[in-house]
Amino acid sequence: MRRAALLPLGGALASLAALAAPFGADAEGLGFARLCLGGLAAACLWAGFAPGVGARPAGTAAVAALAALAGVAVVRMLSGGLENTAGPGFALALVAVWLSAWHVVDAATAARPRDPRLASAANLVAPVVFGLTVLLLWEGVVRGFGSSMMKVILPAPSAIAARFGSSLPTLSADFAQTFQGVSVGYALGCGSGILVAILIDRVPFLQRGLLPLGNLVSALPIVGMAPIMVMWFGFDWQSKAAIVVIMTFFPQLVNTVAGLASAGRMERDLMKTYAASYGQTLAALRLPSALPFIFNGLKINSTLALIGAIVAEFFGTPIVGMGFRINTEVGRMNIDMVWATILVSALTGSLFYGFLTLVERRVTFWHASYRQRTT
Amino acid sequence: MSTEAASLPRAAAPPRPGVWAGLWEGHALPVVVVSLLIVALWYVGAVAMNADLQRSAFENAGQKTWTTAELVAGTLAQERPRLPAPHQVAEELWKTVVDTAPTSKRSLVYHAGITLSATVLGFLFGSVLGILLAVLIVHVRSLERSLMPWIVASQTIPIVALAPMIVIILNQLDVTGVVPKAAIAAYLSFFPVTVGMVKGLRSPDPLQLDLMRTYSASRLQTFLALRVPSSVPFLFASLKVGVAAALVGTVVAELTQSADGGFGARLLAGSYYGQTVQIWAALFAAALCACLLIAVVAFADRIVLRRMGYTR
Repeated sequence: MRRAALLPLGGALASLAALAAPFGADAEGLGFARLCLGGLAAACLWAGFAPGVGARPAGTAAVAALAALAGVAVVRMLSGGLENTAGPGFALALVAVWLSAWHVVDAATAARPRDPRLASAANLVAPVVFGLTVLLLWEGVVRGFGSSMMKVILPAPSAIAARFGSSLPTLSADFAQTFQGVSVGYALGCGSGILVAILIDRVPFLQRGLLPLGNLVSALPIVGMAPIMVMWFGFDWQSKAAIVVIMTFFPQLVNTVAGLASAGRMERDLMKTYAASYGQTLAALRLPSALPFIFNGLKINSTLALIGAIVAEFFGTPIVGMGFRINTEVGRMNIDMVWATILVSALTGSLFYGFLTLVERRVTFWHASYRQRTT
Repeated sequence: MSTEAASLPRAAAPPRPGVWAGLWEGHALPVVVVSLLIVALWYVGAVAMNADLQRSAFENAGQKTWTTAELVAGTLAQERPRLPAPHQVAEELWKTVVDTAPTSKRSLVYHAGITLSATVLGFLFGSVLGILLAVLIVHVRSLERSLMPWIVASQTIPIVALAPMIVIILNQLDVTGVVPKAAIAAYLSFFPVTVGMVKGLRSPDPLQLDLMRTYSASRLQTFLALRVPSSVPFLFASLKVGVAAALVGTVVAELTQSADGGFGARLLAGSYYGQTVQIWAALFAAALCACLLIAVVAFADRIVLRRMGYTR
């Protein structure tokens, strides 16, 4: 049998088994869920074993739609009386949805559409489907089978979302507090890193002295300086900004120095034949060619800055801030609140990073790594 | 010296530079000079930051006037200075490393042992996991497409924020001791290893892969004879990042699980009781441990690469 047909076969078998097995207590929406599972089984068989190979993608599309429907139906049954009392049918339904999603990802990966827009859409399908499946399995397993203990230490995504929605004021206050330290420290640390790199550019002796030290310091556990900064600058955001400055300075320095050295000899010679001054060469050639390196440093630092601020808040804050929230709510076993705060920090981190990537693309559109993509 | 001169190739330099010129051009002298500069700045900073404390100490002792020399000497010998002088930190390090028995809870060797055991355990576990995941990702296309974007995205989020939660949850499940800390160390070190190893296993160029195909090599043979050897430099580069990350993870985990000791616990205790000298000594000891771990990996790197013929 073809390997590609294994997953749909598994999906179909699991769906059929889920239809046959008991779901547990009498739950609302059982009929609809069974309908979806029956359809899913048929779609799986179609996607795996349709007589004409050309017809199978249509089957895969049907699998995607029906698996999504079945997933929603199964989760809704949890609220309809199946919470904690799920039976084997429920587990089999989850398995069926999982195998179907895997098949969809597989098919989306194997299909290589010619149209570049379709291709990038296919690239997006895999991670999105994967993420949604993980969320669905997490929700289903925790709420269907979890003990009350498990629900405390690993709350279901819906519980986290509910907590997120109901504590928006707290979360936004925490975010504002932490982000103030992060942004001030980030601007100061990265700014001074770039400035010092430009200043020592004319003194190769200092460069050779600072670079190995900078590389070394970048590998050290600088977060440990957090308690000292809290002692020096107090509990408020200033101490967080200070630790962020220390954490971001050296990576930025090292990257900028490497960037300033990256301009090619041909280009430098050209500037020389133009009789360009040091400042002109710096402004017109070396800084632009250093930009990819500078952005690399900025990106590395975006994560470091958040880590520094959050860890510094473990050592002492006014009673607000993401690190403070995580530390106290963990102590009270309000893990859903911890997850909500982690969600905020993850969103902040990836938005920050995404923003930097966007700016980088606008500013270094001429760079080879972006040029190649358009042609 | 102008930048133009510095950018000239080495061959253009005079054939036999003197000892001083060699030192000037090399890395050792600049590093030493910059380090000495930093130490000097540190002393200046220590005097400046501790001066207020010292003045009030003099006043409390009933001393109305004092000379600058007395003031400076006082700032460098306080018991709880805002910024301890380098020699105070060195004394504390000597006292807690050499003069104290390694079994005592006051010994930094004792705490280093706790931190290092969790770090090394977590690092080994995390790198094995990272390598296995990378092998899977390289061979299962759907896994690569679905998992890799998430791994890359997770690099942009502050995962250290998870540390307290993981520690508490594992403690609730009756997992205590070295394991929760090692779990966080593993968690932090596995991301760089996975990303680097995927890059490394992908590094053979299509020509080499085509050659393997003309030999009708199986996937396993291609993997063992081509992909693994060409991934080794990438592996070691990411192991260096991973081991540093593992140490950071352990120290942060020890902030939450401070009852067991370790550098993180020393930092926390020092910050509770205002023992700045103790904090700085713990920081330097942690930095030394980080250097040691990276040096061990770099040493293994050099030996393995030389055996494999990467460097001649």
